[in-house]
Amino acid sequence: MEWEVVIGLEVHVQLNTKTKIFSGSSTAFGAAPNTQASAVDLALPGTLPVLNEQALKKAILFGLAIDADICMASVFDRKNYFYPDLPKGYQTTQMDFPIVGPGIVTINLADGSSRDIRVHHAHLEEDAGKSLHEDYRGMTGIDLNRAGTPLIEIVSEPDLRSAEEAVAYLRKIHSIVTYLDISDGDMSQGSLRCDANVSVRPKGQAEYGTRAEIKNINSFRFVERAIKVETQRQIELIEDGGKVKQETRLYDSDKNETRGMRSKEEANDYRYFPCPDLLPVVIEQDLVDQLKTTMPELPDAKRQRFEQAYGLSSYDAALLTTERAIADYFEAAADAAGDAKLAANWVNGELSAALNRDSLGIAISPVSASQLGGLIQRIVDNSISGKIAKQVFEALWNGEGDSADAIIDSKGLKQVSDTGALGAMVDDVLAANPDQVEQFRGADEGKRKKMLGYFVGQIMKASKGQANPGVINKLLNEKLGS
Amino acid sequence: MSLDQNEISKLARLARINVADSETEELSQRIGDILDMVDVMQAVDTSNVVAMANPHDAVQRLRADEVSETNQRDHFQTIAPQTEDGLYLVPQVIE
Repeated sequence: MEWEVVIGLEVHVQLNTKTKIFSGSSTAFGAAPNTQASAVDLALPGTLPVLNEQALKKAILFGLAIDADICMASVFDRKNYFYPDLPKGYQTTQMDFPIVGPGIVTINLADGSSRDIRVHHAHLEEDAGKSLHEDYRGMTGIDLNRAGTPLIEIVSEPDLRSAEEAVAYLRKIHSIVTYLDISDGDMSQGSLRCDANVSVRPKGQAEYGTRAEIKNINSFRFVERAIKVETQRQIELIEDGGKVKQETRLYDSDKNETRGMRSKEEANDYRYFPCPDLLPVVIEQDLVDQLKTTMPELPDAKRQRFEQAYGLSSYDAALLTTERAIADYFEAAADAAGDAKLAANWVNGELSAALNRDSLGIAISPVSASQLGGLIQRIVDNSISGKIAKQVFEALWNGEGDSADAIIDSKGLKQVSDTGALGAMVDDVLAANPDQVEQFRGADEGKRKKMLGYFVGQIMKASKGQANPGVINKLLNEKLGS
Repeated sequence: MSLDQNEISKLARLARINVADSETEELSQRIGDILDMVDVMQAVDTSNVVAMANPHDAVQRLRADEVSETNQRDHFQTIAPQTEDGLYLVPQVIE
């Protein structure tokens, strides 16, 4: 039987505010345990929450970016459960009146097509603290620095139909929140994480199968693998006559499997009710209008502009616009270079490979956009070949000079186009290869072309790659009398 | 409307309250009375009334995003039963 997988994602995004959602504690990363946990975060009696204005604005910005309705009077609710890293005994979240209503996220797929995925809503809530289960002799250590960090939870409709689509969706959310600068989007630090609701059904069937929820997946790669392995598990279970149980599962990346979490039946009885400590959050249209004017160019618009204004392929434009920092770097390099297509090739090629190799983000690239632009200029004006340019790039990367020009000068890498100097080199190579010259003269037109490549290669080698290939070809043709 | 013993035990467990078996009957009666009152209120036609999230006729004030809290960990941890390396220690919880 042919099966179809149905996926909905709940994406949690930590907002990059300076302080927590309901208290004036810092959210700076890396502080010593519990040094950023105030009386409000610890839920000491008599404390009251006050909503952070920036958290609200950042949530609204997200709503505007996905073309959603903004709820002009949203309400905070309490989600009740007991866990030591949740000192209040409830999470303050939004249930019936979330700040962001239904919206659309357009995903871009590998084959170049795109598809609209519906967002059910997005709401504001607080993060919990962290539990450390090791090293405390059978006790659990609690760090509440993260407790109260503002989050938006973005809940999609079950519109995704493959693990690849789920990853594309998550990537787009990542792009949007980093473009908006409402989150650092750093998945390795938990700034963006997701739960995946996965079910399968026979292709063509209208009703959904029973879903399992895979909790807390924290990388793009794991999202894809977790969904694939869970899909396979469900299909095999059903084909063996079993039934999928509605439950919460965890993905184990070491074993590449999902496992059911041991949880009591009533664990999901959260007994939501409106939080009496917080009043309804009423927004004026003026605020929404004002935020609209601060919206940056978003990934899809930028991609289109890159294709049209710079004549880039949709593939190159998509790669360059996944991150705002990459797009900004490219534009600066293209401006400096005066050749956008070449700049795109270098950013997506050499630069991105070097960044990956050294595990660096583009923001701290050792080669700046203006340096790369300067390098590309020298390729464009034929001062150096593409091959030599790679050497210059490596030298720039290793800090051997401040600019491409400085390195080309100090290393004497400038392309040799001087007919006299090259002519001598051509004579030497021809003299050293009398047999090949003989063969060349006896060959027909078609074969000659190929054989000419041999001589060009020898001369390039002799010149350490600095000979101008155009000039060599011309000289060879003259001297071989072809 | 009344609650059976199982429902009472479940509520007690969710709220982390110890309820002795001898208390369940009385509790069932008292919670039942409250639910009866809710039933009476349910009979009121509220189809034209907007749901009220808070009885106060006011809206939420907002706070500027500026750090106003200082580190008072040592002070707070004087009332914690057990701490180590700056962490609060609690009986082990692993799912």
